[in-house]
Amino acid sequence: MNVPRLPALGETIRNLYFHVGMWMAMMTLFTISFVQAIRYLRTNKLKYDIYSRQYSSIGILFGILGYATGGIWMSYTWADPNNPAAASFSSIAREPKLIGAAIALLIYFAYHVLRDSIQDIDKKARVSAVYNIFAYAMLFPSIWIIPRILPSLHPGQDGNPALNLKDLSPAMRIVELPAFVGWALLGVWITTVKIRLTLLKEQKLIQ
Amino acid sequence: MDNDSEDQVNFIKRTKADTMTGMKRALFFLSAILISVIAFSQDAGDKPVGMADEMRSNGRIYVVVAVMLTILTGLILYLVRLDRKISKWEKSERKS
Repeated sequence: MNVPRLPALGETIRNLYFHVGMWMAMMTLFTISFVQAIRYLRTNKLKYDIYSRQYSSIGILFGILGYATGGIWMSYTWADPNNPAAASFSSIAREPKLIGAAIALLIYFAYHVLRDSIQDIDKKARVSAVYNIFAYAMLFPSIWIIPRILPSLHPGQDGNPALNLKDLSPAMRIVELPAFVGWALLGVWITTVKIRLTLLKEQKLIQ
Repeated sequence: MDNDSEDQVNFIKRTKADTMTGMKRALFFLSAILISVIAFSQDAGDKPVGMADEMRSNGRIYVVVAVMLTILTGLILYLVRLDRKISKWEKSERKS
């Protein structure tokens, strides 16, 4: 497959399918988690609380993978080629997109810490559902809006990065959009496996 | 303007000592150039700049490989852990 020949990127442009796909899957999973949290608050069924919890934990998994792949990608594109990546750490670590993504992930880590610190099951479910809604409200400002206001090395500062159909080469678009859907569905599938296990485990609790 | 032309006249009228320093200076520059040429030829013969390691060869395709492997190992490790959890639960369920 032919990809655009871009300076500083080279063949690493192909990482778009993987690195950006991770974040797309993460956003999908967090969105489902948010919807399930609302469903729990509307119906008070513990089933939806389990859904919400598992979707957010697989979302965190994809977020960590996105962070790791971004770390590999940037150390061969942003970092000075004549220095090891560690030497340009101080300039890269100031990247607003990195800090924003770290904040978003930490908010979701805090969601799990909060959940596991409450003993009472109904209270736990209600408090964490409310927290989940607030965490989701912080997700998009911290990964999209704030990094876009600040100067950044990260591409995709204007428009809809990776989803804007005009600024991607058509050959890449054919691979990219199905790949994003595929990553999201893979995440959903892993979550359903985990949800089924948890539902079996806590069958007595739910009824 | 007048001052400038006077200076230039003075510069042309060199004494013998001045030419000696001029020759010394020329030698110094020549040796400096030679050293730099030697240094540069060593540098160029060694490696092209910016292609310092394997990850930067072949248009940096190995970066993509590394990213893919990271995702695969991450997902597979997670699934293996999930599988272990399931078999543990199955065992405990069979006992009870």
